[in-house]
Amino acid sequence: MTFQEIKTILKSKCVGVAGCGGLGSNAAVALARVGVGRLVIADYDVVSESNLNRQYYFYDQIGYFKAEKLAENIARINPNTLVDAHICTLDKQNIPELFRNCNVIVEAFDSAEMKKMLIEVMSDTLPHIPVVSGMGMAGWGNNDTLKEVRYGNLYICGDMCTEVDESKPAIAPRVSVVSNMQANVVLSILLNGNA
Amino acid sequence: MKIILNNNPEEFEGDTLSVSKIMEIKKFTFKMIIVKLNDKIVYKENYDSTFVKEGDNLVILHLISGG
Repeated sequence: MTFQEIKTILKSKCVGVAGCGGLGSNAAVALARVGVGRLVIADYDVVSESNLNRQYYFYDQIGYFKAEKLAENIARINPNTLVDAHICTLDKQNIPELFRNCNVIVEAFDSAEMKKMLIEVMSDTLPHIPVVSGMGMAGWGNNDTLKEVRYGNLYICGDMCTEVDESKPAIAPRVSVVSNMQANVVLSILLNGNA
Repeated sequence: MKIILNNNPEEFEGDTLSVSKIMEIKKFTFKMIIVKLNDKIVYKENYDSTFVKEGDNLVILHLISGG
């Protein structure tokens, strides 16, 4: 494949990003930079100061909806990537509606409950669409523990064990690495048909 | 029986075992988990009544917060 062919393929693709926090904002930006044609992003939350240690927002965006500001930030990076931004809480009903035309979904939630819900709903309702999940990225260092694992149409990126807590915060370097691992798996799926 | 558990070959006594029994044997005690049997989700209420047999592909995943 030539770089031109790669760009043509990516332009025709649509990727869903479930959650616009540390994983979602960074993965979406990486996918926009490489020219994925359309992103469907969703998040209910607003940007807070404590998010700026890892999420792709700016100080003057505090208080605004993440989905809306992420769409604006992406438009400043690559206006050729179309962004469908949804300000909503994702649930069993709207996940299949919002993501049914996507080629791949990036699971980018914070809580384990939401990760579980998304993986189960996607597996039950849209089993043909691969899901790329981020699991275990707390703390710092230990680059060599970060990996990707595939179980059928479910791909997991992360160390698969570190839970966020007071002594192991979610902070930029490791969260960004995992989110970009997710974007990297998405590219493998879009360009090779698998990762 | 021989099955694939989390991408690795595993052997258990007997011809069939419930998902609950396998979780007990393999000590999966986490609260937040996902179970997939041959690519289909198995919900918690069905762990006792879903049986795994020779050649099945079972995934039991611990879900971790953070993102």
